[in-house]
Amino acid sequence: MNKFAFVDCKTVDEALGQLGDGATVKAGGIDLLDLMKDDIVFPAKLVNIRNVDSLRGITVSADGLQLGPLSTLSEIADHPEIQRSYSALSDAAGHAATPQVRNMATLGGNIMQRPRCWYFRSTDVDCKKKGGGSDECHAQAGENQYHAIMNNSTCAMVHPSSTAVPLLGMDAQVELTSKRGKRMVLMSNFYVPPEKSVINETVVQPGELITGIFVPAPAPGTRSAYQKYGEKESFDWPIADAGVVLVMDGALCRKASVVLGVAAPTPIRSKAAEAVLTGKTIDEATARAAGKAAMQDATPLSQNGYKVQLFQTAIYRTVLLAAGQMQRDPSAIG
Amino acid sequence: MAPETATLEGQQVAATPAKQPTRTDNFVFGIPQDGLQTKQREVPLDEPPPLPPNSELTYIGKPTQRYDGPAKATGKGKYTADVQLPGMLYARMVDATIPHGHIMSIDTSAAEKLPGVRAVYVIEHVYGVAELRNPKLDGPSRYPTIRYAGQPIAGVAATTQQIADDAAKLVKVRYDAKPFVVDRTEARATDAPAVFPGPADEAGSAGGGGGPADVPQKGNVHGPERRKRGDTAKGFAEADVLVESEYFTQVQTHSALETHGFVVDWKPDEVTVYASTQGTSSVRSEFADVFKLPKSKIRVITEYMGGGFGAKFGAGNEGVVAANLSRKANAPVKLMLDRRQEHIVSNRPDSHQMLKIGAKSDGTLTAIQLTSYGTAGVGTGAGTAGPATNMYKCPNLLTDEYDVFTNAGPGAAFRAPGHPQGCFAFEQTIDELAVKLNMDPLALREKIDESPARKVERQLILERTNWRNRKSAGSDPGPIKHGMGIAQSVWYRFVNMDSSCEVRVLRDGSVELMSAVQDLGGGTKTILAQIVGEEFGMAPANVVIRIGDTRYPIGPDSGGSVTAGSITPAVRDAAYQAKGKLFAAVAPALGTTADNLATQNGRVVFKNDPSKSYSLRQVTAKLPTDEISARATRVAEYSKDRLTYGGVDFVELAVDTETGRIHVEKVFGAHDCGRPINPTGVISQINGGMLQGISYALFEQRIMDDKSGYMLNANLENYKILGAREVPEIEVALIENYIAMSSTDAAGIGESAGIITLAAAIGNAFYNATGVRMRRIPMTPANVLAGLGKVQREVMA
Ligand SMILES: Cc1cc2nc3c(=O)[nH]c(=O)nc-3n(C[C@H](O)[C@H](O)[C@H](O)COP(=O)(O)OP(=O)(O)OC[C@H]3O[C@@H](n4cnc5c(N)ncnc54)[C@H](O)[C@@H]3O)c2cc1C
Repeated sequence: MNKFAFVDCKTVDEALGQLGDGATVKAGGIDLLDLMKDDIVFPAKLVNIRNVDSLRGITVSADGLQLGPLSTLSEIADHPEIQRSYSALSDAAGHAATPQVRNMATLGGNIMQRPRCWYFRSTDVDCKKKGGGSDECHAQAGENQYHAIMNNSTCAMVHPSSTAVPLLGMDAQVELTSKRGKRMVLMSNFYVPPEKSVINETVVQPGELITGIFVPAPAPGTRSAYQKYGEKESFDWPIADAGVVLVMDGALCRKASVVLGVAAPTPIRSKAAEAVLTGKTIDEATARAAGKAAMQDATPLSQNGYKVQLFQTAIYRTVLLAAGQMQRDPSAIG
Repeated sequence: MAPETATLEGQQVAATPAKQPTRTDNFVFGIPQDGLQTKQREVPLDEPPPLPPNSELTYIGKPTQRYDGPAKATGKGKYTADVQLPGMLYARMVDATIPHGHIMSIDTSAAEKLPGVRAVYVIEHVYGVAELRNPKLDGPSRYPTIRYAGQPIAGVAATTQQIADDAAKLVKVRYDAKPFVVDRTEARATDAPAVFPGPADEAGSAGGGGGPADVPQKGNVHGPERRKRGDTAKGFAEADVLVESEYFTQVQTHSALETHGFVVDWKPDEVTVYASTQGTSSVRSEFADVFKLPKSKIRVITEYMGGGFGAKFGAGNEGVVAANLSRKANAPVKLMLDRRQEHIVSNRPDSHQMLKIGAKSDGTLTAIQLTSYGTAGVGTGAGTAGPATNMYKCPNLLTDEYDVFTNAGPGAAFRAPGHPQGCFAFEQTIDELAVKLNMDPLALREKIDESPARKVERQLILERTNWRNRKSAGSDPGPIKHGMGIAQSVWYRFVNMDSSCEVRVLRDGSVELMSAVQDLGGGTKTILAQIVGEEFGMAPANVVIRIGDTRYPIGPDSGGSVTAGSITPAVRDAAYQAKGKLFAAVAPALGTTADNLATQNGRVVFKNDPSKSYSLRQVTAKLPTDEISARATRVAEYSKDRLTYGGVDFVELAVDTETGRIHVEKVFGAHDCGRPINPTGVISQINGGMLQGISYALFEQRIMDDKSGYMLNANLENYKILGAREVPEIEVALIENYIAMSSTDAAGIGESAGIITLAAAIGNAFYNATGVRMRRIPMTPANVLAGLGKVQREVMA
């Protein structure tokens, strides 16, 4: 780990004043400190925002759900109103990582965590994502069992943020604040695929701080669910996760969003799966068809073909869970 | 049955020497379920009288709380990693960043200049790996040849761990890199890069590490080590049915919670070594060898130990580096490996096994043939023939075991070396045979297994599990399929004669036991306290146990489940003799003779007048000196019989055939280990073995990058180990098996504790659930979905 300065801030203005010149925001520190200990990032200064009270808090109104970026995953998971009206989000927050991590991890940090790829996270190897001059993605011809099965031709990393999956499905917006002012970014524009930038995963610019996350109120008849699959239940990363938001009219699905985590380098919506569900009565056959459709363009690598099968299962079971036609899956972890 | 593959070094089963005067005693013998018998044995005259069965004893055989449990739970117990000495320095190991090549130069100047750095030491010899039969083949070089990424090169000691870590990064090594191979199959090719430029062998270690020398070597393929019994060609010709099978297992790393490490305090008159080790005595021997010191000038201390599983016996590279740094800096040095290094320092080799079994239509085995290839990286010891050789009655056997060198960290003894791999293949093949014969797998084993203990254990499975309700293979209709399976284990009774202790009785009534034997966490301290307590009629918690220090009488190295069977007889003998000395010393003052005194219900009584009864303290108060003591050493086994232990484990599970997830729901195990001294401790060992076995079967695997030669998951987030949520319901039935072999009849349980069987039992249950054989572990979603034919997987062997 490199030597660094540490500044503790109490207000957003103070934090914004400290950003710049190699400074990095530190929230819960779960991902950031790991990366520092492994010498993958070496910020000269950490700007601790954990004590900025205005970035805390969860409010539910008729307009929707307003989340401070310092809300912890545990707070989100345990919030009764979120459980009732935004269940995919409480599912995702409650099934990410481990209880200890969820007590520390913040929502802002969770959607900003860096991607998973053991080549990217190894000090020993350089790759194009690290920007050190290498033009290689080692995963494509290397060990890739946990890697992306879609959009993986530039870089095969995956982004493991569980909460980003429902936030994308619920059309959430992220409020970014800098010294120049504020801007709102739709979740669907928040992540940047490797084709656009192999270095940055998000549109967040240096000097910008996430100051809020807003989820619009669900339309009447909305039901949602999220499930995460891994190799084991304790202390594991997703190998497939799915978030489903359905606007139901009786048994009929008026509108659907189907979001896949760790399938591609960033969380993605599957328009193909949504098209299968929209306007249909939800039953096992339609749910399975949606799973198949979501995977029709998959381009698995040498070792991760199984994730195609796993995603089909994750999607059909999560559609049925959202529709209230299936119990939570014992094979979904956490 | 003779354990033909048992090659644990330094553990001999000794027969009673002829000259010693003996007497004949009657011992309780056998298994209570079968009706206990009596066995006559000749025993040396000063042996204590035979122990009655556990049911008639006060402390031995009774569930007993862990002696040091409170100290561990409250953090008072000091592990090697916790040792703090005045002026102590912290060290970090520098290791190789290439998998194969020569070191051209090492520049330590920048590291040495870093403020706070007190010593840098460059390694001259690498320990714990195979060595060339002809060392000249490596060519002249100041430095050892690099044969795996992560091979230790140097160590740096500094005033803080952070400075040592920073300094380690400043050591500049220039390499001349050579082609390498990390994949077992590729390494077998004739044109594969040679890991060693000629034949190489690895010496054995206590606990069963290392492998055979004097076998042929072609390229990277070392072996075969061939064992033969009868004539397999004839046996196969006589068979009514044949099964042929192929199985693959992965590399598992030891991943001890406490990483390998030492604190060494090098002083001219004595070198003190705090070691995270399974053998205070084997560490002392290796330090003496390496540094050409008399053993009397080396003191090794292991008070608490955070897991070794077979990989912590010698000084190791860490110990040698720590000692050199301490000598150079003239200060104590702590060197613990970091988590990445811990994954690379040792492992259980992988395997590719081909089995062929012939049987008569009634199940009688006619021939067994096994060929195995496994890689222990730059070491040897990947053989897997133990279960196939020693479990069942079969007149014709042929096994060929090959080690395949690869440019990867060395294998080491790992909880029942070779057996989990061997059992995964062998016990599934026996199940395949049962399917072919249309026999119940338990009934087939009833036919071919001669072990009386496992017979009782199978009966317990029948009585206490759901086995009788087993459905036919793959008969569940939905995507979630349920199944049951069993597998059996065999392990061997080894005894280490370097097992001594001293028992002291003090005038104030306190009793102290001292031995260099170490407690790895298996509960050795507790059983020793029970044994001393039984002799003196004293609660085990009140006996003072001082072990894990070579200043005390020598103790056995803890490998191959030898500890309980080796040290407990010496402890009982010493306690018995100390008690005899006590009685002799106080009898005159009590107005009687020594032979009229006995302990009963915690008191000292007159045999001829039970109304005369004293507390131990009242008796010791009469001692003419402040302390009396007795020393005892392990007496030879009472008989030359070679014994094995074992167990039968049952698994009930669900397979989600659409996600490839396996949910182990229930494990029931019936196990034997001679006379159980502390059933709580034994069951705790079995629980741990079962969990390690499930973890091996479902999750753990070392992943090497073929292109760079690095281990990609040398951490605890991608090297996946079973956690709390993967723990099934576990039930253990412990059977008593009185063997009349020593004054305690105790035996270890570390090996045959579930680690051997669980992968095979899960495999058999998987077959029962799905009708498909899992030929590869770990059974991750990727491997399970491939096994079920739901996805194509890369061809891999
Ligand atoms: C064993 C394990 C399993 C895990 N499994 C999962 C899982 O299943 N699903 C999942 O989603 N996660 C998982 N995680 C990851 C964990 O949830 C994240 O590391 C955590 O949410 C990060 O939050 P944090 O507050 O600690 O962020 P930090 O580590 O403090 O920050 C992470 C990044 O976000 C930036 N950042 C933080 N806050 C802001 C802000 N307000 N504005 C701008 N930038 C900001 C930081 O600069 C940094 O780059 C797992 C972690 C572990 C250790």
